[in-house]
Formats: sequence, structure tokens, C-alpha cells
Amino acid sequence: MRTVIHAENLIRRFGEFTAVDHVSFSVEAGEVVGYLGPNGSGKTTTIRLLLGLLLPSEGTAQVLGYDVVEKPELIRANVGYMSQKFALYYELTVRENLAFYAGVYGVRGSRRLGEVLEQVELQRYQQERVENLSTGWRQRLALGIAIVHSPRLLFLDEPTSGIDPTARRAFWDLIYQLVAQGVTAFVTTHYMDEAEYCQRVGIMRDGRLLAIDSPSNLKASVLPGKAWDVFAEPLLPALLSLENCGFVERAGLAGDHLRAITAADISADAVLNHLAAEGMVNVQVREVEPSLEDVFLSLAARNRSEAMI
Amino acid sequence: MQIVAHHLNKAFSDNLAVDDLNLQVAAGEVYGLVGPDGAGKTSTLRLICGAFQPTLIEAVGKPEIRICGFDVSSQTEQARSRIGYLAQRFSLYEELTVLENLRFFAEVRGLAAREWRPRCIDILNFVGLDQFIDRRAGNLSGGMRQKLGLAAALVHQPQVLLLDEPTTGVDPVTRQDFWRLIIQLAANSDQKNEAVAVLVSTPYMDEAARCSRVGFMRRGRMVVEGTPRALVAKLGGRIFELRGSDMSALRQIAESYPDVLSVQMFGDRMHLRVQIDHKDSLQEELSEYIVGRLGEDFRLRQIPGGLEDVFHALVEGDESIL
Repeated sequence: MRTVIHAENLIRRFGEFTAVDHVSFSVEAGEVVGYLGPNGSGKTTTIRLLLGLLLPSEGTAQVLGYDVVEKPELIRANVGYMSQKFALYYELTVRENLAFYAGVYGVRGSRRLGEVLEQVELQRYQQERVENLSTGWRQRLALGIAIVHSPRLLFLDEPTSGIDPTARRAFWDLIYQLVAQGVTAFVTTHYMDEAEYCQRVGIMRDGRLLAIDSPSNLKASVLPGKAWDVFAEPLLPALLSLENCGFVERAGLAGDHLRAITAADISADAVLNHLAAEGMVNVQVREVEPSLEDVFLSLAARNRSEAMI
Repeated sequence: MQIVAHHLNKAFSDNLAVDDLNLQVAAGEVYGLVGPDGAGKTSTLRLICGAFQPTLIEAVGKPEIRICGFDVSSQTEQARSRIGYLAQRFSLYEELTVLENLRFFAEVRGLAAREWRPRCIDILNFVGLDQFIDRRAGNLSGGMRQKLGLAAALVHQPQVLLLDEPTTGVDPVTRQDFWRLIIQLAANSDQKNEAVAVLVSTPYMDEAARCSRVGFMRRGRMVVEGTPRALVAKLGGRIFELRGSDMSALRQIAESYPDVLSVQMFGDRMHLRVQIDHKDSLQEELSEYIVGRLGEDFRLRQIPGGLEDVFHALVEGDESIL
């Protein structure tokens, strides 16, 4: 495999504040890597460093083999970037928007436009003005614009924020098609749903990359214990009781029931007996597979900060 | 019932955004409204809070909306005073502090000079913004803004809370806090405060799973409603999880198998939704089918599935699960 992003001890300070703090990681060609963290955790600053829009205070990074300090213009010419707030011209048609950005990137001829429209499945709407499109279609057009110059690396910043599960799935199918053709995708997000689509996920907090691994390895390494679905009545007193219980690492609401994380040597009976002794009724306890949200919340709970309130 | 809606219709030119919708939410319930974009969720919330007038369609019957027993069209003031509404996009005064913003909403809602301060402090405590009362709204993080929006919707102690995609753009830790507040509002009932009825729309199925009941809308109509557990149970053996190292080859093979209706890819696995009309041996047969084409490098197992699988099945028109 070929390394397309390599960051080593990347640091970026703004005055007293360290937005990116000793971040090191690599991304190989053809990977889909997620970068998960709350607002203000340093995700966007990392991207801006990798695009060469900001200089690192310390550390080094190469993107597509180019150094971010020496060759930022070559990086930007060869990567695609789709921002959460994408810039589309609403009074222009789909095709006109695409043609405009093709011109910006120096892509000539209408053949590439046709290819891109086909790839993002917008041929039918190419003469439609953007203002008449639904959010899901606009998202596709933004993706089309990001790939018009055939980049081998795509940066996607919360690409499916706020769209429904069907549109999200369709969007990700497009990403997987690009990846099957050799494109690498780097996705920043604060949505678990979106992170689930990534093969590896990095978790950011307060500028630090706490972990980066496949979802299943993260679950195994961050949560060495067990995850439980707990049904009990009344629900909120049961939650408080679990939160104050010595062997429960984290407890939270998960719908009409609770989710608890405990050490590995705790049995279902231990949880059940604890709740029964505290006066809860109709208690049922079931071991379940931990989710990425469990991983994230456990990491976050180990050190809450104001940025997350 | 705190919210009762019958025969709700809303037409925009020739498009029926809400089509003969019936909905009831009791005190203490958190009712989640889900469905694809354009299904009519936001229009439904706007009808219920009185911002939209329902369209009268003779053949369907007279639309009726009651909030805590008050008719929204004829007893508008009584009904509105019992509603708290947090719209998808709401405005705060960026130049004013947290407390000043809340005071403004309190006064608009008619709280007297003596009442607003203790009430605002109470509510800021509840949403966890008590340490930030003097911060300017313009300097709040996304999560804090959302909590201040919720505080503004709660300042007059409504019995009905309408939330339109309240956590879009909010990070997971804040989402967890936010849902805890909502569930507390619905669970609390003492002499002072009655339990609130909550109606919330959301594009996130993990949030829908936190509701006591979920209604699925499509093209303006209510397709199915029930508890999250009951809805997931409707999948009854239709969902398989498939993992392996060559995911794109596995996907192609799975899609070519006649009983596989749809495939959802994730980073390290995929969900298959299958037809289960007459086969108990599907797992075996599908396994053999994959072995014949790719070898042994995969893992296939039946899983209970989740609300997201229900969502896709319904959007794709798989009525067999109803």
C-alpha cells in the first residue's frame, strides 16, 4: 500500500491555545478514514494543516507525497475537498456549477463533465437550477464538484450532516464507488452514524488524537469491559443508581432503556442485584455489542471539558 | 392526551405535504417523527403549533388539533400558551447574554417581572447553562446554543414540547445531555410540574430509538407507528450481517443473490435485508452461494437489526414488514 497522508507530531498553536496537539497518523491509498470529534476538537484545523492553508507550529506532514509547508499548491491541486457548507451557485444549473469549478481547476472539455454527472447520478438534473434541488441532490453536486479534477484523495467535512438515512446511504454508496476506483477518503464528522461508514476511525478531543483504529478494534481496546442493555423501572432513578455504582464505568440513556459499561469481570446478576437492591423493578439485563458511541462517550467521559458542553 | 390531531392536511399548490394525518401523544410520552426528507415532518409540527393552517379537504373530514384539550383554531391562545416549540433554525440575540435572551422570551410569553428571574435561573440550571448566564449568545458553542434554544422553549412551563430536529449539528456528548433533558421532562411529574408530552422529529435513528413511540411518515402519510422495540421486531429475521476482507466483492455477490432485497455498506460490515417468505434455510444457502464464488473469507450471521433497517425497508416500500 501507498501512504497518502502522513502526519508526524503535528502541532498548531493559536496564542496560548493549542488547537492540534502532537497528532501523528497515516492513511494508506484506498482507505476510508473517519476523524471523529466534537466541535472545537481540532478536526478542521487538522484539515487546514493538511491542505497547507495553515502552517504547523511544529511537526511535519506529507499529503500525496508533498510536504505541506514546501508544496501546498500541489496538494490543493490534487485533492478534492467537500465542505459541510458547500459553495454552490443557486441561480445556476447543475451543469453550469460543475462547468464553473471545472474551469477553476483547469479541466477542459465536456467529456469529464458528463463522466462526473454520471458518477454522481445527476444527468437527469443537469439543466435544473440548484435552488430547485433537495438537500440530498445538492450534496451530490458538491461531491461532483470535489471530484471534477479527478483527485486521488478526498477530504469530506461532515458530508451528510442532517440528511435522512436513505440519502446518507446513497451518498456513501457513491463514496464507496470512488474508493473502489482507488480514491482515498478522509472524513471529519461528529456523527456516529457517519463514522460507522469508515474503515478506520480516529477520535479527537481537545486537539489530541486519542485513538485511531477500525471500529471493532476501538471497541475492544477502549472498552475492555462489557456493554449492557438495562431495562428497569423507574428509568431515571435506575440511571442515577448505575452512575453512582462503583463497578459501572459509564451509564447513559438508550431509548426506553439504559446502556451501561462495566469491567469485564462483572456478571449480569451483579448489575441486576444492584438495581433490585436499590428498589428498581422489572429489571432485565442483557449483554450487547458496544457501539462507536459507547467508545466515544467513554473516551469523552474520562475528561470532560467546556468545549463539549 | 396532550396532543390530539385528526385529519391533518396541508397542501402547497398541488402537492399534499401532509395527507390525512392522525396523531396522539400523551403526557409523559416522547413521540419521535421520522421519515425521509420531504415526508412532511416539519409541516406536521408547524400545523400542530398553529403556525400553519390545515387545508380543508371535504372528502377526508374536518381537521382538528387539540392541545391539552384546547382547540388550536378556536381556542388559539389557551392552546399556544401550553406549547413550547424549538424550530430547526431559531434566532438568538447574539449581542445579548444568555440570561438577557431568556428574559426576552420569558417576557414575550407574558411572565411578570417578579416571575421571570427565578424561572430563568431554574431553567438555566436544568439545561446546564447556569455557569454561563453572562456570556453573550454570539460566543456560545453549537451545543450551548441548542440548550439555550431549549431553555427558551421551556421558559413558560409548557405541557407540550415540539422539537424539530433539535440535535442537528450537535456533538455526541451534547446530544446525550440533550436527550437526558428531554426524557427528564417527560418523566417528571410532581405537584408543581406535570409530565410534558414531547413530539420530536429527527433524521437520526439512534435518537428515534430513544423515544417511547415512533411514527414513520412517507409522502405526508403516517405509514406505521409503535414502540422502537415493536418496530424492530417487525424485521423478524430479515437482516443479516456480512463481514469479510473483500467487501466490494462480497457486496456484488450478495446483491446478485435473488433473495437479497437490499445491501447497506458500513466501514467494516454490511447489512443485508432479505426476503423471508418461505425459507428457513436462507443462511445456509446464501453461505454456500458465497463460498462458491469467493471462498471462506467471510462471516454471515442473522442479527436483530435496528430502526435504520426498518427505515430503509419502509422507504423502499417493503410493506411486508407492516
